[in-house]
Amino acid sequence: MSNRNRELLYLIVVGLLTATGFASVYIADQSRISGGSLAYALFFFALFLAAHLVARFAVPHADPYVLPIAALLAAVGVTEIYRLGPKDAFRQGTWVVIGVVVFALALLGLRRDYRVLENYKYLFGLGAIGLLFMPLLPGIGLSVNGSRLWVHFGPLRFQPGELGKIALIVFLAAYLREKREVLAVGRLKDWGPLLVIWGMAMLVLFATDDLGSGLLFYGIFLGMLYVATARIAFIAAGVGLFLAGSVAVYQTTPHVRERVLNWIQPWTTHKIFCPLSGAPALRQDCQSYQEVQSLYSIAHGGLGGTGLGSGTFLNASGGQIIPDLNTDFIYSALAQELGLIGVAGLLLVYMVFTLRGFRVAIFARDGFSKLLAAGLTFGFAFQAFIIVGGILRVIPLTGITLPLVSYGGSSILANFLVLAGLMLVSNRANAELAGAT
Amino acid sequence: MNRQLNRLAVVSIVLLAALIVATTYWQTWAAAGLQDKQDNAIQRVVQFSVARGLIQGAGDTATFAANKTVKRSGQTLYFRRYPQHGLAAQTIGYSTASRSQAGLEQSMNDYLTGANTNLSDAFGHILDRLGNATVHGDNLELTIRPRAQRLAQQLLGDRCGAVVTMNPHTGAVYVMASSPTYDPNLIDKPGGYAKVLKIRGACGDASALYNLATQGLFTPGSTFKIVTAAAALDTGAFKPDSSFYDPGYCTEYGSQVSNAGNPDQGGHEVFGHLNFVSAFQHSVNSVFCNIGKHIGAATILAYAKKFGFYKTPPLETPANERRPSGLYKNLKLWDPKNPAAEVDPGRLAFGQSNMVVTPLQMAMVAATVANGGVVPRPYVVQKITASDGSTVRTTRPSNLGRAIKPQTAQELNQMMVAVVQGGTGTAAAIPGVQVAGKTGTAETGVDHIYTAWFVAFAPADNPQVAIAVVLEKQANGFGGVVAAPIAKQVMEALLHR
Repeated sequence: MSNRNRELLYLIVVGLLTATGFASVYIADQSRISGGSLAYALFFFALFLAAHLVARFAVPHADPYVLPIAALLAAVGVTEIYRLGPKDAFRQGTWVVIGVVVFALALLGLRRDYRVLENYKYLFGLGAIGLLFMPLLPGIGLSVNGSRLWVHFGPLRFQPGELGKIALIVFLAAYLREKREVLAVGRLKDWGPLLVIWGMAMLVLFATDDLGSGLLFYGIFLGMLYVATARIAFIAAGVGLFLAGSVAVYQTTPHVRERVLNWIQPWTTHKIFCPLSGAPALRQDCQSYQEVQSLYSIAHGGLGGTGLGSGTFLNASGGQIIPDLNTDFIYSALAQELGLIGVAGLLLVYMVFTLRGFRVAIFARDGFSKLLAAGLTFGFAFQAFIIVGGILRVIPLTGITLPLVSYGGSSILANFLVLAGLMLVSNRANAELAGAT
Repeated sequence: MNRQLNRLAVVSIVLLAALIVATTYWQTWAAAGLQDKQDNAIQRVVQFSVARGLIQGAGDTATFAANKTVKRSGQTLYFRRYPQHGLAAQTIGYSTASRSQAGLEQSMNDYLTGANTNLSDAFGHILDRLGNATVHGDNLELTIRPRAQRLAQQLLGDRCGAVVTMNPHTGAVYVMASSPTYDPNLIDKPGGYAKVLKIRGACGDASALYNLATQGLFTPGSTFKIVTAAAALDTGAFKPDSSFYDPGYCTEYGSQVSNAGNPDQGGHEVFGHLNFVSAFQHSVNSVFCNIGKHIGAATILAYAKKFGFYKTPPLETPANERRPSGLYKNLKLWDPKNPAAEVDPGRLAFGQSNMVVTPLQMAMVAATVANGGVVPRPYVVQKITASDGSTVRTTRPSNLGRAIKPQTAQELNQMMVAVVQGGTGTAAAIPGVQVAGKTGTAETGVDHIYTAWFVAFAPADNPQVAIAVVLEKQANGFGGVVAAPIAKQVMEALLHR
C-alpha cells in the first residue's frame, strides 16, 4: 500500500474515533445522539481529507503517520474543549481550519525544495526575536494571568511566541548545519551569532515571565546542539548553566520562588501568607490551588475515567473549579474523563508521533533536514513533557500549551507548521530513497 | 548525526514514558488519599451525584428528606431538601455540602448513599458506578406519624420541651418532637447556620439543633413515682391497699420534708389516712418519701436500671445524640457505689435529688407498664427499601427484657388510671377511652417555675400508645395543667386516626 493510501486509511479510523468522541459528549449531556455532533465529526473528517489530498499532490512520499496522528490529537482537543465549553470549541475549530490552510500553503509553497529556508537563517533568527518581543510593545501587547504573552489586533488575540519557536528552530537548524564542525571544536567566534540570538530569546522570555517557553527553548537549543556537535560536554555545561541560572532566578524572582514552592510543598498544614488575598491561608487554598485541584481531577478519573462528558469540573454553584482548564490544564480534564487508560493512550500517541519524527530525521539525507526534523520533533515532545510533567508534579509547573490538544489558535497554527515541516522533510528523503532503489 | 538522533529520540521517549508512570501514580496509588483531602472541590460536588435515599413518614404520608434534581452539562446533581421544614428536624437531621451531618442523615448515611446494602444490591451499585449511572441510595420509611408529629409540635409552640410517643408493644416511635425546632433547609444557606444557632425558644436558653427528646435531661419530679411504685410493689414490700398516714411532711435525716413543696397536690396539703392507690393518685410526697426510706435508694435505682436507666436507649439516631437517664453529678452520669449512704432515698422516691431523665426514657417507662412489664426496644426506622422498591431491611420489634412482673404492671396500670379518673391528671381524660397517666411538676430552683411532665398510655385495657410530654420552665405550670392536655390531644390523634 502506498504511503498516501495508508494515510487515508488511518484518517478514516481517526474520523470514526472523532465521531465516537463527540457522540459520547453528546450522550452524556443530552442522553441522545444528535445530528449536530456527528456533523462536527464529519466536518472534521472532511477538513483532514482536504489536507490529505493536498499532501497527495504536494508531498506524495511523505510519512503516512504524522498527519493522522495530528488529526487525532486535534480531534481529542476539540472534543474535550467542546465538552468544556461549546463556544470555545467553535473558535478552536476555526483555528484548526486556519491551521490546515497554513499547512496546505506551506506544503504547496515549499514542495519543490524547502531547503531554500536555509538561505534566510538570520531573517528567521531575528524574526524569532521580533515575534517574542511583540507582546512587550505598548499598544498591541496584552497581559493575561500575569504573563505578557499576547498581542491583539482589534478582537484578534495571538501568542507570537509559538511561531517564534518555529522560526528559532529553522534558524538553529540552518546555523548549526553550517557551523557544526567548527562549533564542535569550540571556536569561540562561531558561537557569537548563536549565543546572541539565543541569549536575546531567553532574555525576552524572562521579561515576559514566560518560564514554560524559556525552558522549552533551552531544551530545544541543547537538543539540537547535541545532534549537531555530538559533544556531551556542551550539554553538561548547558545543564550546569541552567541549574546555576535557576538558583539565581529563584533567589531574586518571587514569581519563580512561588512556582518552586508550589511544586515541592503544594499542601501546607498551617496557614501561610497568601499574596493573592493578603491574608493567611493554606497554600492549597491559595497559590497552589490550581495545581492541587488539577491533581484531584486526575485522581478522580482513576483507571477508567468518568467517561467523556461525565467529568466534574464545576462546583456545586456552577463555577469553574480549575482555572485555565482548556488551555494549560486540559490534560487534567482528559485524565479525569478518559482515566489512566485514556491518557496513557494519548501519551503513547505522542510517543508514536515523536518516533516518526525522529525516523524522518534519521532518513533525511542532509544536515539541515536532519536538524530541522529533530528540532521540530524534540520541541513537540519536550513541550508535551513540560506541561504534563508540570501538572503531574514531575517538574515545577510552567504554563504552556499541550501541542495540538490545548485551546489556543497560535499553538494550533505553530504545530501545523511542525507537521508541514516533518512531511516536507520526509517526502524528500523518501523520494530520494525511492529514486535510489 | 544518526547516533545523536537515536539518543535524543530515546531521551524524548523516556520523558514521555515518565509522564505515563506519573499519571499511573496519581490515578491509582495516590488517588484514594487525594479523594479524602478536605479541600477536594471535585469530591465536594461528586457527593451530590449520588441520589440520597428519601426519608418518609409512616405509610408514605409525608417526605421528610427529598432531593432537588439539577441537570447541567453531563451531570445530574441531587441537592438535599427537607419539604417538611421543622417537622421532626432533630430526628431527621441534615446533610450538607461541607459534608457535615446530623440525625438519621448521619447515622443512616451508608444506607442513604447506597454504600451499605445486601450483596445483590451492592453488585447493582457497582454496576451503576461502572456504567456511570447515578447511584440511588436506599429509602427510609420511618415509624413517625406526620400528622401526630405536626400536632405535637403545634401544641408545644415555641415553649421548650419534647413529646415522645411510641407503640408500647413494639417500641415503634410515633412522635418525637423537640421544641424549639429549626428548618434543616437553612443549614446550607449562607448565614443560615448562624440563624439556626440563634433560636432560643420561649425558655431563652434552648438549642434548636439539640434533640430534647433523646438528649434533654430533665428532673422527672413525680413521674418518677411510677418507678418507685414499681419497686415498692414488685419487691412485695407494699401492696396497692397498703395504708399510710400523711401528716403533711416526711422526716428525713431529722428534719421535715414538707408536702407543700409538691404543687401537684393541688391545695390538699395534709391527707391523713390513705392507701397506696390514693397516695399515687394525688401524688403525696410524704408517702413516697417514706416508701423510699423503707425500700432504700439501691432498690429504687436497681428498678430504674431495669426500665433502661443508666444505658443510652437504643435508637437509629447517632449515639452522641442520645443520653442515658439516671443520677448525674457534675454533668456526668453517676452510679453510686453505696446508694444507701450516698443518695437521699426520700427525695429520690419522688423524683427530685440528682435524678434526671430524657423524655424518651420516660416514654419507655410508660410503655413498659402498658406492655405488662416488658421494656419495648424503641425504634424509628420501620423499613429500608432499595430504589427499585425491593426491601433491604425491615425492623423486627424486640424488647430490652422484663422490668417488672405482669401483676405489678397491672397494679400500676390501675393506679395510673386512677390518676386520670380522679387525681392530678384529669385533664388528660379522653371521652370513651380509659387513659392511664402520671403527672410531674419538678422544682427548678426558681419559685413557681416548674418543669411540667405528663407520662401516660391509652387505652388502659388495651394500650395502643404510650407518651411522655415535658415542658421546661413553666410559670405556675403544673404537669396536670400544661402537659396533660398535650398528651391527651396527641394520643387522641393517634387513636382516632
